[in-house]
Amino acid sequence: MTVETKLALSAQEVRSFSEKNNEPAAFADFRVSALEKAAALELPKPDRTNITKWNFVDFPAHTVESAVYTSLDELPEEVKAVIDTEGQQNLYIQRNNTPAFIKVSEELTNKGVIFTDIQTAIREHADLVEKYFMTTAVKVDEHKLTAYHAALVNGGIFVYVPRNVVIEEPLQVVFVNDDAKASLFNHVLVVAEESSAVTYVETYISTFEQAEGQVNVVTEVIAKDNAHVTFGAVDTLAKGFTAYMNRRGHAMRDAKIDWALGLMNDANTIYDNTTNLIGDNSTSDFKMATVGRGEQKLNFTTTIRQWGKNSDGQILKHGVMKDAAQSIFNGIGHIMHGGTKANAEQESRVLMLSEKARGDANPILLIDEDDVTAGHAASVGRVDPTQLYYLMSRGISKAEAERLVIHGFLAPVVANLPIEGVKKQLTEVIERKVR
Amino acid sequence: MATLEIKDLHVEIDGKEILKGLNLTINTNEVHAIMGPNGTGKSTLASAIMGHPKYEVTQGEVLIDGENVLDMEVDERAKAGLFLAMQYPSEIPGVTNADFLRSAINARREEGDEISLMKFIRELDKTMDFLEMPEEMSQRYLNEGFSGGEKKRNEILQMMMIKPTFGILDEIDSGLDIDALKVVSKGINQMRGEGFGCLMITHYQRLLNYITPDHVHVMMQGKVVKSGGAELAQRLEAEGYEWIKQELGIENTDAVTEEA
Repeated sequence: MTVETKLALSAQEVRSFSEKNNEPAAFADFRVSALEKAAALELPKPDRTNITKWNFVDFPAHTVESAVYTSLDELPEEVKAVIDTEGQQNLYIQRNNTPAFIKVSEELTNKGVIFTDIQTAIREHADLVEKYFMTTAVKVDEHKLTAYHAALVNGGIFVYVPRNVVIEEPLQVVFVNDDAKASLFNHVLVVAEESSAVTYVETYISTFEQAEGQVNVVTEVIAKDNAHVTFGAVDTLAKGFTAYMNRRGHAMRDAKIDWALGLMNDANTIYDNTTNLIGDNSTSDFKMATVGRGEQKLNFTTTIRQWGKNSDGQILKHGVMKDAAQSIFNGIGHIMHGGTKANAEQESRVLMLSEKARGDANPILLIDEDDVTAGHAASVGRVDPTQLYYLMSRGISKAEAERLVIHGFLAPVVANLPIEGVKKQLTEVIERKVR
Repeated sequence: MATLEIKDLHVEIDGKEILKGLNLTINTNEVHAIMGPNGTGKSTLASAIMGHPKYEVTQGEVLIDGENVLDMEVDERAKAGLFLAMQYPSEIPGVTNADFLRSAINARREEGDEISLMKFIRELDKTMDFLEMPEEMSQRYLNEGFSGGEKKRNEILQMMMIKPTFGILDEIDSGLDIDALKVVSKGINQMRGEGFGCLMITHYQRLLNYITPDHVHVMMQGKVVKSGGAELAQRLEAEGYEWIKQELGIENTDAVTEEA
């Protein structure tokens, strides 16, 4: 028997939120039905992290009102730093729950590209939203948190790239979080039609120390036949949030979805990254880097499921744990029956900087097909004293030698971020967190 | 002129004494070669001078112009003028060769007086060219995936860029083909002069065909047992070590221990 959880909002409140935003009636019904499911469904069960006592439900406010930015000059310095304010042609900035700034080049608009905040998309692109919003990649009823997300979604972005459209310059999204009472139920929906290509980079920035709300983010990347999506992200959300961040890919035939994620939250976070390689020859290259500190609890579960023949799934996870941070790195490569000639590789490495920190690397290969190749490597350890000795023997101080080794260790993700400002920001965040 | 003086050096590894009172003095403008059979403590000497964490000095001193480097951290020893070209250089993923070298050079300079990027690149290009290293090696991660020969060349590159007062070369010739050996030797010969003293540790006389030493020392049982000029190396090449053992009445007791 399942126990109904008391949720923070009633069906009536959800419905009136939907009406206030002028959402289609169908979407209001969708929310209310999701809310009912959220009450009944159980929490997800991330392997090796017990979250039954985490509070994913309560918050000071479902939405907060924030002023829009009338010009980029008004942005906080740390936000300006990640944006090339002159050169960035396609930019969306969300301030807490408010769409605060958007710029889309005429060229993309003319080609039929949609790059708009999720609320506008729900209103103005109801057909596409209905078709793709939690229907293909992530389902509403997977567990309590997906359902709760569907009921309460209050921000995010919709990217739609029509057939054969190749977007050369990266699309940039910045989620600014400068109100400690805010909760982020952001939904990122990226749909890349056949033979299209897009690079998307998002950054989460909290400008304060102690948050009080919830983060429940669901990202769906759908790459149709022969489409290529490169997804970069740097998360730096404040301590105090209870964070569930689900980023999922759905790759059809010959499609490619690559991830470069700098997962630098100070909040306790459950990261669920799954890429489903549905079509033949589909590929995914997943790279993440993280630094845990303080009393943080983190779970990184990365899964690549491979149905397609000749598909290729690559997982690389590098983490640095200091203070009393606790982290679990689950890596799952799953080749389904029929996925002949598939290849699944994964590597998880954790560097421990203190006695009290914990990091468990847990590589899992599930193979339901004979004619495949797969491999995994995992290690948990300290900074290698021989490496430090070598660097120090060239006159480099111990502190600087450690810094070099740690930055080098996290470099695979930094190097793969496609926007210079975001790359620099991640390097600085690493610097700050490991110091 | 600067002097590196090793006095009565005793070194243990895992509680076993490897060096048993070694004495040696090296001045700048001199090249010394240390030869000897396997397991006599040659590499231990190099590692102990540099301060490898596994080696414990139980007695003795290593002085640069009278100052004991054994009291210093590894990086301070380097800044005092020591450089060790290692037999097995570490691989550091994610750190480019160029970034690492610039950090090493700037570690020796005051804050605000860092080497300019242009000047650094000019020197690096010139030196890599001299050592016949392809340009892309500066952007590869430090020693990662380098072949044995590339690693040794990279050690010499570092030495030429850092310009230490004393270079200790631990089997720089092992695993090198003849072309690589020539290039490495060219680098070392280039360094020779007033401001540089060199200690080469080698198994093979062949290296000394390319770098003529001023002094040759033979190590056995954790000590220097015989010293001479370049002609000593030639006699060792021709006759082996047996005659020294006989001359000094050394029994074959330690030649079986593995190289430490």
